[in-house]
Amino acid sequence: MSFVFVIPGPLRELAGNRGAVRVNGRAESISDALTLLWSQCPAVRDRVLTELGEVRPHINIFVDGESIRDSGGLGASVREGAEIFILPAVSGG
Amino acid sequence: MPNIRHVKPKKGDILLLVGTMKGAFLFRAKRSRRSWDLAGPYFPGSAVYAMGYDDRDGRRRIWAGPQSMHFGSLLRSSDNFGKTWTNPEEANVKFPTRTETALQRIWQIAPGRADEPNTLYCGVEPAALFVSKDAGETWNLMEALWDHPQRANWQPGGGGLCLHTILPDPEDKKRMRIAVSAAGMYVTDDNGATWRPSNKGVRAEFLPNKYPEFGQCVHKVVQAPNKPQRMFLQNHWGLYRSDDRGESWTDIANGVPSDFGFAMAIHPEDPDRAWIVPLESDQFRCTPEGKLRVYRTKNAGKKWEPMTKGLPQKQAYETVLRDAMAVDSLDPAGVYFGTRSGKLFASSDEGKRWSTVIDGLPPILTVKTTRV
Repeated sequence: MSFVFVIPGPLRELAGNRGAVRVNGRAESISDALTLLWSQCPAVRDRVLTELGEVRPHINIFVDGESIRDSGGLGASVREGAEIFILPAVSGG
Repeated sequence: MPNIRHVKPKKGDILLLVGTMKGAFLFRAKRSRRSWDLAGPYFPGSAVYAMGYDDRDGRRRIWAGPQSMHFGSLLRSSDNFGKTWTNPEEANVKFPTRTETALQRIWQIAPGRADEPNTLYCGVEPAALFVSKDAGETWNLMEALWDHPQRANWQPGGGGLCLHTILPDPEDKKRMRIAVSAAGMYVTDDNGATWRPSNKGVRAEFLPNKYPEFGQCVHKVVQAPNKPQRMFLQNHWGLYRSDDRGESWTDIANGVPSDFGFAMAIHPEDPDRAWIVPLESDQFRCTPEGKLRVYRTKNAGKKWEPMTKGLPQKQAYETVLRDAMAVDSLDPAGVYFGTRSGKLFASSDEGKRWSTVIDGLPPILTVKTTRV
């Protein structure tokens, strides 16, 4: 399976200056797919998740255009080839 | 992103570390402290509640605890006065899994004693204390304070449940005091193995029992470096002095327009001298009568005198937060403070005359100073 993560501007330096990262491996859930991303970009993890493993309150993750907050959270299933956006919420700055 | 300016301090220069709601700034001046060069903004867009300077063991290291609303908080440091900063791959201040807690904000960074050059402390929200024994490479929760049975009854103040003051005793290596809003002061006599509340004489205006064992909303505490028995405490209502290392407290609100306030600083050499900025009340946390007045005592709180020359005395409804005042080590001592409206003031003569360093920063959260 492969997935494409779209990395937000402020985190690109921590992802090897890449705006998109393709990961390959088995993933049954968003959480599994994120684990594949962390293996390539470990510094991105703590900026997206708290130490409790929860998505930070002002970070949104969209899978194929749908927020995971509306589709089962990190445990939601993910399809082969999914495009996963990590985006800062409108707050902040 | 904004253009970032840098300064190149020389030996003997005075440096101000200023954390704001939208990033960190540095200000450099020569010993005369007449004019200041600005550096920053560093971490633009992040709130910087905590800054610190570590000059032990030959270091010239600035610490900051930026909090991004999106990406969380971590400690970052610079060994070249802000030109570059560390950006650790893994968040360096983290609660252990067993606490089932996530870090909200870093409130304080405090170097340990001079003879423990690799020890640093970090106070955070929710209220907890972290320690590093390797000059800030790794950090660990001080578990006994976290596990204190009274912690379940601590209540958050307006700023959150924060551990904002860390005072390693200059003479006793096993003793340290911390302050939490709103839990009060706690002291350890055994290097963190056990902690006990230390609020005798400090009132809690907002509780039915005005003098509880713990639960006070202590806003800031300072300790005389060369006479650690002498401490001053600015409370959420109440201004106090201790002459027994914080074991008991005496009311010293003599001649101040209000005993409510946040910021407090103590003279580096004279344990009888301290500075505060009274605010009107908890319901109106601004300078009384529209006058921005620093009050100084020269006799350990028997009397306080307003220091106003150069400060606005009309239509100045300012707020100075708990960590936004600092005193340097020169003679006469320089005193510095920042306001929530983004004004930074300096005095090079212990408060007799003030000048505006800058008017237009984001809300100022912390001011620290060091001599390079």
